[in-house]
Amino acid sequence: MKGQIRSTSDHRSPLRRIGMGILYFILVIVALVQLYPLVWLFQLSLKTNQEVFGMSPFALPKSPRWENYINAWFDGGINHYFFNSVWYTVVAVLLTLILASFVTFALTRMEWKLKGIVLALFMVAYMIPVHSTLIPLFNIYNKINLINNPISIILSYTTFNLPITIMILLGFYQSLPREIEEAAIMDGCSIHRIFFQITLPMTAPVLSTTAIINMIYNWNEFVFVNTFISSEKWKTITVGVNNFIGQYLTDWGAIGATLVISVLPILIVYLFLSDRIIEGLVAGSVKG
Amino acid sequence: MKNVMSNKIVIALYVLPALFLVLFLIYIPIVLTGYYGLMDWDGVGQMKFIGLENYKKLIHDKLFWKSTWHSVLLALFSVLSLVGYLIVSLVLASKIKGANIFRKIYIIPMLMSSVAIAQLWVKIFDPMNGLINSVLTMLGMKNTPLWLADPNMALYAIFVPIVWQYAGFYIIIIYAALINVPQELIEAARIDGANAFQIAYKIKVPLISGVLKVLIILAVVGSLKYFDLIYVMTGGGPGDATEVIASYMYKEAFGKFNFGYGSAIGFGLLIISMGTTWIIQKLLNTNK
Repeated sequence: MKGQIRSTSDHRSPLRRIGMGILYFILVIVALVQLYPLVWLFQLSLKTNQEVFGMSPFALPKSPRWENYINAWFDGGINHYFFNSVWYTVVAVLLTLILASFVTFALTRMEWKLKGIVLALFMVAYMIPVHSTLIPLFNIYNKINLINNPISIILSYTTFNLPITIMILLGFYQSLPREIEEAAIMDGCSIHRIFFQITLPMTAPVLSTTAIINMIYNWNEFVFVNTFISSEKWKTITVGVNNFIGQYLTDWGAIGATLVISVLPILIVYLFLSDRIIEGLVAGSVKG
Repeated sequence: MKNVMSNKIVIALYVLPALFLVLFLIYIPIVLTGYYGLMDWDGVGQMKFIGLENYKKLIHDKLFWKSTWHSVLLALFSVLSLVGYLIVSLVLASKIKGANIFRKIYIIPMLMSSVAIAQLWVKIFDPMNGLINSVLTMLGMKNTPLWLADPNMALYAIFVPIVWQYAGFYIIIIYAALINVPQELIEAARIDGANAFQIAYKIKVPLISGVLKVLIILAVVGSLKYFDLIYVMTGGGPGDATEVIASYMYKEAFGKFNFGYGSAIGFGLLIISMGTTWIIQKLLNTNK
């Protein structure tokens, strides 16, 4: 920093230092507001009710009650919801990525007439509010016996994530050089081989970004499961946690523990892939 | 070469699966919502055609307009809070050390499900033992607010976790736009004697106006569709103090089994959110 030429002459003046101090103060306050509720939640999850109700909210638990987690996981049935969430999320993400890649490949690499209309259909679908589709979706799934069936959830997740996924992929596909693909066509490669062996591997970076975004959406989804699933057997963690809390209203420690369990997987992924996730969130919003 | 890339069978194979899903699970339900709105129907028994009765009822339904007003209020708050996000982003983008870490902290709440956020904030707002009132009591306050239980305060209280959830999201997007502003322009202005506020207001903000427009639309449309958090935190209560369009629709359909009337509300939601998007787009473009 020292050798750099600065156009401002008052770089190290006391005034500027005070200014910087104020700026940092603002940023730190915002950071505390964003983080402290989670710290409080974690403390809560290790407390007994006496500690929650009788003492300062800032007091640490005397001896951390890890039992809260064990009780929630086994007795509360959170483990069961958790695994449902895992496999619905994984299957729906894979389906979305492969279907969206097919469409994007056809839209950017192949020659056909209805491209414009098909692209517009996906774009407009992105803007349609989910709740306006809910009653007919319920009725359709009911008619084909998919209510209380995980297929309804996986189909809904896949479909409603397709538009945003296609939009993110489109940008990447358009910027990708086509020489290798064109050379492969000259060599007589089939389209399927080009798609699976050349294009798809080249899009790995954007696929991992969209996979993470899809994963977060699916893991946190609430209204589809709450509407299409009533049997405990098929509920996901978001809905399961909500019901669990409805039943154990008074045990704050257990509630804290279930909430921590429900957010932990995404937070762990974030710890390792924060740049990818931020990149995906930015891409997913502005492209739309 | 052209032949390979315009093979109709391959195109159909690549495009149709995704297209069918979007048509059958998004577009057909949208049309059906409007159609069901013409019916008297409990979701199980026979539908009875009643013409525009549901829509007439909707236009005179005070609760529907009250819910819409609440959704509009949330949209207004969300747009106003963009100013705050813009200020924080400007601070972050002013060559602050550790900007990346702040950014990563701010986004964390966005990774949680709305359900987990709702349950966490129900506890934070708890009138007896919640974080906020515990602190207020410690500070010597006697009549601490009831927050979510107070009809005059609940909607404003609910907006706090909404800001908490989305602040980081908006900040990283504005920040990403700001750091792409060409450095030469800023240096040139500085040499001309512009101060930091002038540079921010006259150069940086106009240059990222495209992104800001997208965010205004996102904030408005997102607010109009708002559901999960409110449904879990208050269920629209106390009374109807926090009822929004989507929660009102959900109650009518899946609470009272008025599928016909619920569909009319769902159709209203569609018209309102698509219409608003269109109007805002028009307004923002002519201002340019």
